[in-house]
Amino acid sequence: MQHVQESTESLVCDAPNNMKKTESWTANLNYVVVGVLFGIVFVKAEIISWFRIQEMFRLQSFHMYGVIGSAILVGMLSVWLIRKYNIKTLSGEEVTFRPKPFNRGQIYGGLLFGLGWAITGACPGPLFAQIGSGYVVVLTTLLSAIAGTWVYGYFRHRLPH
Amino acid sequence: MEFIELIRKPWPWYVAGPLIGLTVPALLLIGNKSFGISSSLRHICAACLPANIPFFQYNWRKEVWNLFFVAGITIGGMLSAQFLTNPNAFQLSAATVTDLRALGIRDFSGLMPADLFDPAYLFTLKGLLFFVLGGFLVGFGTRWAGGCTSGHAIMGLSTLQWPSLVATACFMIGGFAMTHLILPYLMTLI
Repeated sequence: MQHVQESTESLVCDAPNNMKKTESWTANLNYVVVGVLFGIVFVKAEIISWFRIQEMFRLQSFHMYGVIGSAILVGMLSVWLIRKYNIKTLSGEEVTFRPKPFNRGQIYGGLLFGLGWAITGACPGPLFAQIGSGYVVVLTTLLSAIAGTWVYGYFRHRLPH
Repeated sequence: MEFIELIRKPWPWYVAGPLIGLTVPALLLIGNKSFGISSSLRHICAACLPANIPFFQYNWRKEVWNLFFVAGITIGGMLSAQFLTNPNAFQLSAATVTDLRALGIRDFSGLMPADLFDPAYLFTLKGLLFFVLGGFLVGFGTRWAGGCTSGHAIMGLSTLQWPSLVATACFMIGGFAMTHLILPYLMTLI
């Protein structure tokens, strides 16, 4: 088993805030707005549906593949444009892209998440949207996911990476 | 109010997918933020119960935008359920209905099966499997993998990172294995 170096790099967040300037608390409202729009898309495209996830894993509908595939294409194109034209952020900073270095956790953890995805019918984003749209019982799933994250943090140094 | 009537119907993939993809440049350009949702779970741990675990010793306040983002997703879910409910019955492919009926699912009326996702099942084996075990696998798995569908499949692939392709392939393999190999067995238990 390979021992994880607890360097600052390995502890860096996976969805990091790379902004150099400090933001005011009110700036966070921007992310609430993006989240609200995102949550509406999740519900209206029925991505939060346990049934749609079952359809996807049974290859009985193209819907989810279409959603994820076109999201990736639009994301790729946007990133390409940002890089090509060196588009700056609203506060004039260079956009930062952090590499995601390979480690074996992506395989083991990825498989475990896949198992959970098909049981709960939700990845982390839809969990929040399911709760918002009235499936209160999913709060238990969310709490358990937080517990899972915590337990991973606790055993991290003993797990292969 | 024709527009409202239109958006109350389920959105096709070619509308929803590109909108989700646009989250990537939106977050990057608003404040240099990399798209990813499972990180919010880590920030909640770091903020509430860091317990001297090195993995939770970092400045979560700098990443607090992520918690505002997921709060927004929750509000978006609420707004859709309040104002944008689908006027028609939920449509599921006939083949999936047949397969799930064979597994014992009876109610196909909502986005979530009432046969599983009901608070009444919270303290039963069903609840333990579908909420507690399922949720734990989602939290533990995404963190071990270093991201979820948003961080790896969308953000990682958008920036052409092959480790994210490995992670995404593993998400799918895990999902197929659960659906076809394990779920039929779990459904006989409950």
